[in-house]
Amino acid sequence: MTYADWLREDRLPHIYCAGCGNGTVINCTLNALDRMGWKKEETIFVSGIGCSSRAPGYIVTDSLHTTHGRALAFATGIKMANPALHVVVFTGDGDLAAIGGNHFIHACRRNIDLTVVCMNNQIYGMTGGQGSPTTPRGALSTTTPYGSQEPAFDLCELASAAGANFVSRWTSYHVKELTRAVHTGFETPGFSFIEALVQCPTNYGRRNKFRNVMDQIEYFKTHGILLQKVKRLREEGKPIPDDAIVLGDFVQRNRAAMGVRR
Amino acid sequence: MQGNTACAEGALAAGCRFFGGYPITPSTEVAEHMAAKLPKTGGVFIQMEDEIAGIAAVIGASWTGMRAMTATSGPGFSLMMENIGFAVMTETPCVLVNIQRGGPSTGQPTMSAQGDMFQCRFGSHGDYSIIALSPSSVQEMYELTIKSFDLADRFRVPVFLMADEIIGHMRERIEIPPSVPRVERKPLARGVLPFHPDEDLVPGFPQFGMGYGVHVTGLTHDERGYPCTTSPSLHEELVKRLVAKIESARHEIADYRVTNPDAEVVFITYGSPARSVEQVIHDNPSDRVGHLRFRVVWPFPEKTLWEFPNARVFLVPEQNLGQMAREIERHTSVPVISLPKLGGALHTPEELKRAMEAWR
Amino acid sequence: MRHEVRFSGFGGQGIILSAVILGRAAVMYDGNYAVQTQVYGPEARGGASMSAVIIDDQPILYPKVTTPDIFVIMSQEGYEKYGVQAGENAVMILDSSLVHSRPRCRYVEIPATREAKQTLGRDIVANIIMLGALVKVSGVVGETAIERAILDSVPKGTESLNLKAMKLGFELAEKGNTV
Ligand SMILES: Cc1ncc(C[n+]2csc(CCOP(=O)(O)OP(=O)(O)O)c2C)c(N)n1
Ligand code: SF4
Ligand SMILES: [Mg+2]
Repeated sequence: MTYADWLREDRLPHIYCAGCGNGTVINCTLNALDRMGWKKEETIFVSGIGCSSRAPGYIVTDSLHTTHGRALAFATGIKMANPALHVVVFTGDGDLAAIGGNHFIHACRRNIDLTVVCMNNQIYGMTGGQGSPTTPRGALSTTTPYGSQEPAFDLCELASAAGANFVSRWTSYHVKELTRAVHTGFETPGFSFIEALVQCPTNYGRRNKFRNVMDQIEYFKTHGILLQKVKRLREEGKPIPDDAIVLGDFVQRNRAAMGVRR
Repeated sequence: MQGNTACAEGALAAGCRFFGGYPITPSTEVAEHMAAKLPKTGGVFIQMEDEIAGIAAVIGASWTGMRAMTATSGPGFSLMMENIGFAVMTETPCVLVNIQRGGPSTGQPTMSAQGDMFQCRFGSHGDYSIIALSPSSVQEMYELTIKSFDLADRFRVPVFLMADEIIGHMRERIEIPPSVPRVERKPLARGVLPFHPDEDLVPGFPQFGMGYGVHVTGLTHDERGYPCTTSPSLHEELVKRLVAKIESARHEIADYRVTNPDAEVVFITYGSPARSVEQVIHDNPSDRVGHLRFRVVWPFPEKTLWEFPNARVFLVPEQNLGQMAREIERHTSVPVISLPKLGGALHTPEELKRAMEAWR
Repeated sequence: MRHEVRFSGFGGQGIILSAVILGRAAVMYDGNYAVQTQVYGPEARGGASMSAVIIDDQPILYPKVTTPDIFVIMSQEGYEKYGVQAGENAVMILDSSLVHSRPRCRYVEIPATREAKQTLGRDIVANIIMLGALVKVSGVVGETAIERAILDSVPKGTESLNLKAMKLGFELAEKGNTV
């Protein structure tokens, strides 16, 4: 099988804008899934509300497209009720970190056996480009017309501090690494969190000096910096650029987890 | 046995194997009892981070085929509203217990009320219908919880056990039957579209993990389950079916008790005020006082009012400012007199007798 | 034969447990009907706490106590809040070590807290002494019924202590100062 076998052909064309980064993340996730050899009937996709959360609707497995911010709570119910199912959650930065922030930290704390893939476009895509908790300081959105004044969340630091067993960040440029990270997430018992920075040309790129899709992907490439390197720079007392995107596996551990298949 | 314990015992007897919730007075004993008992039956108890998550987890569990419930009171009930609408739209069977306390807001956490009767019916956005039951004894906390699960599975709808603090917290004698018959969820027939309704307007249930490959969404969807949010006719058809599957069965769902059908003065009750009326009738046998007591409150079975052809007045004691009185009024030309009581105390038989005497 | 029993004292005395035990005795061992209710809330923790039991050989309709005929009062504040209204035909069992006032109705003085401490070495069982006295004075439930209900309800390992307390309650009621 390939990732294409996991797609619902009768749902195409999809709703994503041309150049949207979400498609890349879906492909990476399905490729990782395919490598796992999981069966369709034992895999469940769950999501909240947003462009990113529309992804399960394009996948052939059973799927639950829920309410804004609550995907992790629904997924917790499914996984606890039937630990034999593989439960994968697609979410967005607003869905996960704003309205769903509390569910996020508690799902990490419970270390419940889910794999969560967050498509972080640093904006509310679906509602037309409002600021989110991951919108960088200074970035423009329809609700931060003078540049965001708020500090942004680092979702991976949050997940690590809250207790997740596996935490990793990549971007839509880093297809191989992202696929590997999702695969590791699937293999790891407990809560796995994979953040994928994605371009939203329609609502983020356009307002923030990424004139075309490739500009933002290029930015991911040039500003990405591996976690190991960041650690080394820190040890050497050297500065880390403000706009660096720290990439890599933040934690990989084996803490006690809930909902693991027995 | 305490009312809240009887509710939990009823749930267990009905085969409920999942409880997700968040503690709140005066419902907490339901959760505590489930926390103690569920693990011993192979079930799952999980205390979630809030009531939004509680109902979400219940809905998730229900899609794996489990009977699942939550229990709460006013503030938590308010938090659940969005996901209640989700359960309605996705036709997810689940049971919500509301041990009502005084509101609005934090109000009177330890005092009885019946102020959420409209909220359970209309509290989430959009048009829809649900089923709500109201117990007036500890025995009924047990029986009606079981019935709630059967109705939820039969109609694929959230079912509300709208109890009040008095019934939830009081202890009295109950009879527990040796076994409890159970209405099973009708499975989706192979080859049928997942949201294609049968003649009873209820589609078969495509349980997760059985290979149906069903997409379940709160968006307006077609019979395949796929989002389709811009067709006025599709939306109208879906919403009308969700309402009709409940409303057209309202006389089948109806569950009520009639005393003295030839009476001219008739009390209509549900929940704890029924007990005061029963006392009045018992103490004044020669007065032939009528009593219509609802065990199912929603969908409202208006034909039950015809059980009293001689009625000159309907007296409706409630622990709210006349919520069901307002509904009853819509369906009859007989004068409907609301007898509201707020603050947590139960109407005394003397109060009701006085109200009754004014009409004789 | 409807009897309405009201218990009052302060939080921690086992006022609610007493009512639960009495209701249990009536239902499980005397085959009668009973409804137990209580005042919940901040009140139940600090100040005066109250619980009630209605016992009847007929099903109980109205579940709240309106005119109790039996009072068990274990604190002065409880007396003032829940005991003063006692009607003339009522009977009150009061813990004379803690309650100073006396009602207009018939009453029995039981120095339960003092006896619990001095005779049994544990003031925690004062409520069981009161329960014993209540049964002896009023006969609302049978003596074997209350004994079995107590055994059902108290923590493991404290059965004999509680039975001693109950019997002490019987004795104190027999020789108690009935006014
Ligand atoms: C309770 C609630 N509030 C607000 C909304 C409106 N809404 C829909 S999607 C969305 C933001 C989505 O942002 P994100 O999660 O980042 O997803 P993206 O579209 O960017 O992938 C909002 C606010 C909603 N659906 N529900
Ligand atoms: S709005 Fe942005 S996130 Fe949404 S589909 Fe378009 S490009 Fe993608
Ligand atoms: Mg976003």
